[in-house]
Amino acid sequence: MQDAIGPDQFFQRALAEGEILLPKCDDCGAYHFFPRVLCPHCHGSAISWMKARGKGRVHTTTVVRRKPERGGDYNVCVVELDEGVRMMSRVEGIAPGEVAIDMPVTAFVGEAEGAPAVLFKPSER
Amino acid sequence: MTIELRGKSAIVGTGHAGFGEAHGLTAYDVMAQSALAALGDAGLKLSDVDGLFCTMMEDSMPALMAAEYLGIQPRFIDGTMSGGSSFVNYLTSATMALDAGLCDVALIVYGSNQRTASGRLVTASRPPAYEAPYNPRYPISAYAMAAARHMHEYGTTREQLADVAVAARAWAQRNPEAFERGPLTREDVLGARMVGDPLTVRDCCLVTDGGGAIVMVRADRARDFPKAPVYVLGSAAESSHRQISQMKDFTVTAARDSGARAFAAAGVTPADIQAVELYDAFTINTILFLEDLGFCAKGEGGAFVEGGRIAPGGVLPVNTNGGGLSCVHPGMYGIFTVIEAARQIRGDAPGIQLKDVDLALAHGNGGVLSSQVTAILGSQNTL
Ligand SMILES: [Zn+2]
Repeated sequence: MQDAIGPDQFFQRALAEGEILLPKCDDCGAYHFFPRVLCPHCHGSAISWMKARGKGRVHTTTVVRRKPERGGDYNVCVVELDEGVRMMSRVEGIAPGEVAIDMPVTAFVGEAEGAPAVLFKPSER
Repeated sequence: MTIELRGKSAIVGTGHAGFGEAHGLTAYDVMAQSALAALGDAGLKLSDVDGLFCTMMEDSMPALMAAEYLGIQPRFIDGTMSGGSSFVNYLTSATMALDAGLCDVALIVYGSNQRTASGRLVTASRPPAYEAPYNPRYPISAYAMAAARHMHEYGTTREQLADVAVAARAWAQRNPEAFERGPLTREDVLGARMVGDPLTVRDCCLVTDGGGAIVMVRADRARDFPKAPVYVLGSAAESSHRQISQMKDFTVTAARDSGARAFAAAGVTPADIQAVELYDAFTINTILFLEDLGFCAKGEGGAFVEGGRIAPGGVLPVNTNGGGLSCVHPGMYGIFTVIEAARQIRGDAPGIQLKDVDLALAHGNGGVLSSQVTAILGSQNTL
């Protein structure tokens, strides 16, 4: 095997530079997420990286209830991006309980657990 | 499982190690107690077992650990880990192994001490890399998001979810083996501590210790044992994802496929089933599986369970032991769906014994609605 930057590394390095890249299949043209060495739709292995447009909608959402002394409640959701892929994330900038299914959201690179992560905020209308 | 394997294997023993708290015992102790109980029920000894079907929460080589602990040297093992559905899944592999002559006495076994060990879900499973940074509470956040989507698409209400828990409790109240037997109302569920919206702590399964076991043999010798045999008429699995963010449709599970194939193999329909044992880790599970297995249409599960319709005296007996919500839930509940279904058919259910049950369904769920396995069990009359 030759040395390479694996799909996960490629994604994480871009994220560390503030860029959200999404893997897209050269063969069938579909996006996928999470990053991997093949396309889960057609199983082709020619994958290109595309800059995410960063627009999506909340597909589903929950509030993780946590005691205030441990940091309080927070949002966990699954966002569907306009590119057709879904990812787990959270919506920031509003109360966790205000995050609603179908709400339009915009991606940004923030921080989760001390590492760069894709987060979302409500889209400006 | 195909129709060629219909009725080729039978459950001749079931047992468990008690439900609740197993102070001072390890998960493997509880596993072994369960094995002894089921073998005693079948009139067999551990030395008769030559096929072992086991997984545990603690290890990545649990079948080997279990065989070593039990002091047996099985010639066939299956330790496939698909979460709580594993033990329903083993009905298929045990049937295949028995039918092929790869073993003669199959022992399916599980044990856990998660309540006294930690009070929460014990797992050797690593959090998925693309989900872990957002700190979902595993597994409840996943089920909460499925419930939220079901409510959004179909108008399912928190009251309907609560009624699933209330029905489970009503069955449990009549089952002396069940762990939670106190009164529970819809208001109690709705007013309980919210854990992951829209689910309160009463929408969630118990955290108990416990273990269970099943002994299976080929059908041709199934009538040589003390208890009436319970035949595996059909069993089928379907796996759709591992991480909840990868679930294609949060309101439809792979139970639609596993159920259809299990029913086809058994040659029966949902209308024929007299007892339904579903893996109810959360109240939304029962609604999803009743829909996906064909007991009601998609989106109608909420109305189907409302107001005691799956409680004792309702239209369909569901989770007649009290389920994972009120009877027992030691990390993985799947094996108890099979045990309760088998006991309803044998006529020795510990709680409410339904009349003349010939056909029962056991449904296992694993991961975060990821792995679905359906089994149809039948009495001698159904062969
Ligand atoms: Zn492709």
